[in-house]
Amino acid sequence: MQFMLLFSRQGKLRLQKWYVPLSDKEKKKITRELVQTVLARKPKMCSFLEWRDLKIVYKRYASLYFCCAIEDQDNELITLEIIHRYVELLDKYFGSVCELDIIFNFEKAYFILDEFLLGGEVQETSKKNVLKAIEQADLLQEVSKFNFSGQSISMVGCESKKFLFL
Amino acid sequence: AKYISQCIDEIKQELKQDNIAVKANAVCKLTYLQMLGYDISWAAFNIIEVMSASKFTFKRIGYLAASQCFHEGTDVIMLTTNQIRKDLSSPNQYDTGVALTGLSCFVTPDLARDLANDIMTLMSHTKPYIRKKAVLIMYKVFLKYPESLRPAFPRLKEKLEDPDPGVQSAAVNVICELARRNPKNYLSLAPLFFKLMTSSTNNWVLIKIIKLFGALTPLEPRLGKKLIEPLTNLIHSTSAMSLLYECVNTVIAVLISLSSGMPNHSASIQLCVQKLRILIEDSDQNLKYLGLLAMSKILKTHPKSVQSHKDLILQCLDDKDESIRLRALDLLYGMVSKKNLMEIVKKLMIHVDKAEGTTYRDELLTKIIDICSQSNYQYITNFEWYISILVELTRLEGTRHGHLIAAQMLDVAIRVKAIRKFAVSQMAMLLDNAHLIASNTQRNGICEVLYAAAWICGEFSEHLEEANQTLEAMLRPKVTTLPGHIQAVYVQNMVKLYASILQQKEQSGEKEAAQEITQLMIERLPQFVQSADLEVQERASCILQLIKYIQKLQIKEVPVAEEVIALFAGELNPVAPKAQKKVPVPEGLDLDAWINEPPSDSESEDEKPKTIFHDEEQRHSRHRQPEIDEEELARRREARKQEQANNPFYIKSSPSPQKRYQDTPGVEHIPVVQIDLSVPLKVPGMPMSDQYVKLEEERRHKQKLEKDKKKKKQKKEKRGKHHRHNSLHTESEEDIAPAHHVDIITEEMPENALPSDEDDKDPNDPYKALDIDLDKPLADSEKLPVQRHRNVETLKSPDSEAPLVEKKSKKPKKKEKKHKEKERDKGKKKEKEKKKSSKHKKKKHKKEKEEKSKDKKKSKKKSHHSEEETTESVQNGTLDDEPLPPMSSYRLLAENPYVKMTYDIQGNLQNDSQVTVSVIFENKSTSFLKSMELNVLDSLNTKMLRPEGSSVHDGIPVPFQLPPGISNEAQFVFTLQSIVMAQKLKGTLSFIVKNDEGSTHEKLDFKLHFSCASYLITTPCYSDAFAKLLESGDLHMSSIKVDGISISFQHLLAKICFHHHFSVVERVDSCASMYSRSIQGHHVCLLVKKGENSVSIDGKCNDSTLLSNLLDEMKETLSKC
Repeated sequence: MQFMLLFSRQGKLRLQKWYVPLSDKEKKKITRELVQTVLARKPKMCSFLEWRDLKIVYKRYASLYFCCAIEDQDNELITLEIIHRYVELLDKYFGSVCELDIIFNFEKAYFILDEFLLGGEVQETSKKNVLKAIEQADLLQEVSKFNFSGQSISMVGCESKKFLFL
Repeated sequence: AKYISQCIDEIKQELKQDNIAVKANAVCKLTYLQMLGYDISWAAFNIIEVMSASKFTFKRIGYLAASQCFHEGTDVIMLTTNQIRKDLSSPNQYDTGVALTGLSCFVTPDLARDLANDIMTLMSHTKPYIRKKAVLIMYKVFLKYPESLRPAFPRLKEKLEDPDPGVQSAAVNVICELARRNPKNYLSLAPLFFKLMTSSTNNWVLIKIIKLFGALTPLEPRLGKKLIEPLTNLIHSTSAMSLLYECVNTVIAVLISLSSGMPNHSASIQLCVQKLRILIEDSDQNLKYLGLLAMSKILKTHPKSVQSHKDLILQCLDDKDESIRLRALDLLYGMVSKKNLMEIVKKLMIHVDKAEGTTYRDELLTKIIDICSQSNYQYITNFEWYISILVELTRLEGTRHGHLIAAQMLDVAIRVKAIRKFAVSQMAMLLDNAHLIASNTQRNGICEVLYAAAWICGEFSEHLEEANQTLEAMLRPKVTTLPGHIQAVYVQNMVKLYASILQQKEQSGEKEAAQEITQLMIERLPQFVQSADLEVQERASCILQLIKYIQKLQIKEVPVAEEVIALFAGELNPVAPKAQKKVPVPEGLDLDAWINEPPSDSESEDEKPKTIFHDEEQRHSRHRQPEIDEEELARRREARKQEQANNPFYIKSSPSPQKRYQDTPGVEHIPVVQIDLSVPLKVPGMPMSDQYVKLEEERRHKQKLEKDKKKKKQKKEKRGKHHRHNSLHTESEEDIAPAHHVDIITEEMPENALPSDEDDKDPNDPYKALDIDLDKPLADSEKLPVQRHRNVETLKSPDSEAPLVEKKSKKPKKKEKKHKEKERDKGKKKEKEKKKSSKHKKKKHKKEKEEKSKDKKKSKKKSHHSEEETTESVQNGTLDDEPLPPMSSYRLLAENPYVKMTYDIQGNLQNDSQVTVSVIFENKSTSFLKSMELNVLDSLNTKMLRPEGSSVHDGIPVPFQLPPGISNEAQFVFTLQSIVMAQKLKGTLSFIVKNDEGSTHEKLDFKLHFSCASYLITTPCYSDAFAKLLESGDLHMSSIKVDGISISFQHLLAKICFHHHFSVVERVDSCASMYSRSIQGHHVCLLVKKGENSVSIDGKCNDSTLLSNLLDEMKETLSKC
């Protein structure tokens, strides 16, 4: 997999993960282009499209589009599975996930994705294992947080809440 | 935006604070901003700071930010190497995990090289969590640093049988990805994967394995045969669509690779097609799409089995999803045959009418044309039908593909002789109705069609029934609203038409009619002369003059038609696209040679205008002479010939008798002729809307034609005849491109065509580098660099670290690894200690401990005395050096209350007169150090390498600033001439100390000591080479003896190895031979013997001074023991 993007129906990017090194400028260009193309597609259309020399696989969950770019020989259906699995993971972790969860806890969403995929390849196919790893890492984080004074992630959440309304 | 910039300011403030939690929070916010598209590269250094936080909470955020915003161009990335290494070896698996995850996103070739070995170690970590991450990240490392593949591969292979399914699937993933790029190197793994495939139940893994086999089978057909059965079983049994799809895909690939060898697999094809049909019939759009996609793959090799599903595919054309329709179109392209072409195209035409959205309609249009014209109109049995389809297509509004249609019209009309009459009549109709549409839809591309129409009518005017009418159509004032290039063609072809009409009239003796038509031309042409388009204007005025002249002749009742016709004699024939390229360069012709001497080039250019002017004058005079005779005509032709002779290929053959014409006044019409020749390359035209009547006709016609298809086929045969036109004109043209066949199928190449050039493969393919034979045994040169200190390693050739991974006796290795880890931990603790105390002695202490542990290990092996064993123990020696803490070889340079500098000197293998001095600056104060500048007083022999343009007195700025308590490293390169003597350079470090009270300027003087040992590079040497070297006799000898040595011999050797950059060649009891090489290629050999309480060292070296200096240094080192 080359990269994964999450964006809202309004075209606002919610998460991006690149597994190929690209400059910021290119990334921005690609993102803009893809968001436009994907949003323009009708719901009845199939989830695959050919774009440059890549294949784009996307799926819409509630108000969020999950969009992956894969190479020519890759299997589209398994990519859909991956997206679905990721959504399941988010769901389990946040407890019926919604867009706001991902905005306020975007770093968590990244951590989950990182546990699930690494370098664009599926790292762990078992949902249980992924969640276990995340929980333990979180636990570790909590411990170190208590040792430390107080600044916590929730503050970041507040900050990003402000960004949301830009 | 205002809010954001305010936020960024806030964040900047937060980043400046000392509190790491605040910083982490700021970095976290930055990550969010980065996602929103703001540039945060300025904060890269802060991100690294957060990465290096000891708390997991912050480290995690730091790595996340790094993985999001670092890329290969990020310059601070090199600063992370040590941090990452530290995290990789962290006892906490999550620290390691987060470092691996981060690294996977921003690994660079440098990082890959430096960290490859650490990651390899992690591949055998006890925790599967780390193992699987390490395995996966290896793929990224391979991509960036292909040299690591061979040493790492055996371990990767081991992981295929790892007890943990996660690790196993990771290994499968990596090998699958690797194998897809370069399958041939992985054939040997096939049996293993076969076993995995039949035993595994994990669909994710299965898909990867099957994909891998898909890549392997084209290389090994036998594998394919074996695969078919389990794959078909899977297809039957699986419920997972993704797996099914992958299987079908692979079966198709297998069958393609088998298709030559094994004819008897129709059963599996049938199975695939059936399954695909189910997919296509499914209501899920995704499956439908993929089904069609896979179907088109089958189509390539087994068109018949797909053709039976034509109904289904035509159904898909009605689908709501455009991408599905396009897929179906692709399929149709391959499905047409002579029989069903008309039917399919008819269906498509209906869709064209229905289609909403221009893109899709355009796509349909191009597809229709593609389908019809594929493989040289192979499937078209009736070209009249095709022409009428093309004409129908011109009714499309707003299409961008007018030029396509036009090109098709031209192509067909030129290449299919039999169709010309029909084509001309159709085109005449087009022209007749042209302006009606052209004016409405002037902007759209369809008017390109008129270009073709005009040209066809002009060129083949002999087939035109009502030439007068067409000519008039072309002369309508509306025409001037067309694009310039189309008008130009109009003008040109009017003359052709005019010529043929003229001839017709003259033959039938209707002189008045002939004059009438001339008059018409003269009346109408001026509208073109006024055109803004240069081409049109030029042509029109030329022709106007010509016609006026003709008119004069007509008044004198001179028959002119023949001559006017002669202007356009000759026939155009299709030339294969590569024909020109294929004409072999005649012997003796050097295309690169100057035709004229370069200086005369300008002269000849000067001359040219003159001759043109000259000609023009003559032309005018000739106009006044009303006589045109045979000679005149001949002259024109000759002149034309000469024009063609300007083609570089004809320089030689231009016949001398023509010379006499060169100055004669016959050149005037040449421009016209030339243009004529170039016309078929461009094609414009216009559409009409009032064609429904015509369409009706055509449709009836078509039906009739369909009935008579068989008859028409005979007609087609006629078409195939070659036809050559014999005129003086074509004779010379023949030479230009010897492919003059008019046949449909024969776009021929010149007979003497050169073999066609193959498409070059892309040399930049990043995966090429990974095309490495993995079955070869590892060569020494390929070992992974051992990480010591980064600088050390980058400067040394990999050779020196060679021994690292050799010998796969697993047990001792694992032990070693554990050992290493312990040592590393130890090293780290000490590092910290040292930072506090910063005393030299402690370092030594530590080293001693390490060396002791080394001894233990060595003693295990001591019992063996074979040569191999000895070398192995030596290798272990280097191995053990590896985990030395980065600072160990650094010596104190200078120190004051603000800053402490330690340094290390390493020879540069690539450059025999350079050494690199790495200086670590440590800020000991509580102030901020900035604007550091290091300057050295150059000696004659040794000079600091300064950037170009700076004088010898300028210092080199240190490329970073130091916050309190931070240390960082900078490198300086020095050039030297002679390396046989040790040298000292005086230098100064100047810097600004900034604290709350303000900033002060400070200086620190130092002496940089270049010992002879720092010019040596640890180079391994084998005992036979060593013996040869000693025997060669061109080495000088010298020896020393040091008394009072109490440390063990191993310890002593390690010391020499470490401080003086030697390597042990061979060791027997208390006697050892050692070797090293200087950056300038001096060999240095030592024989070290230990007696009781004393050590004697005999040295041999190419240079006696170097040797004695080296021995002196050694003596000093040893006497400290």
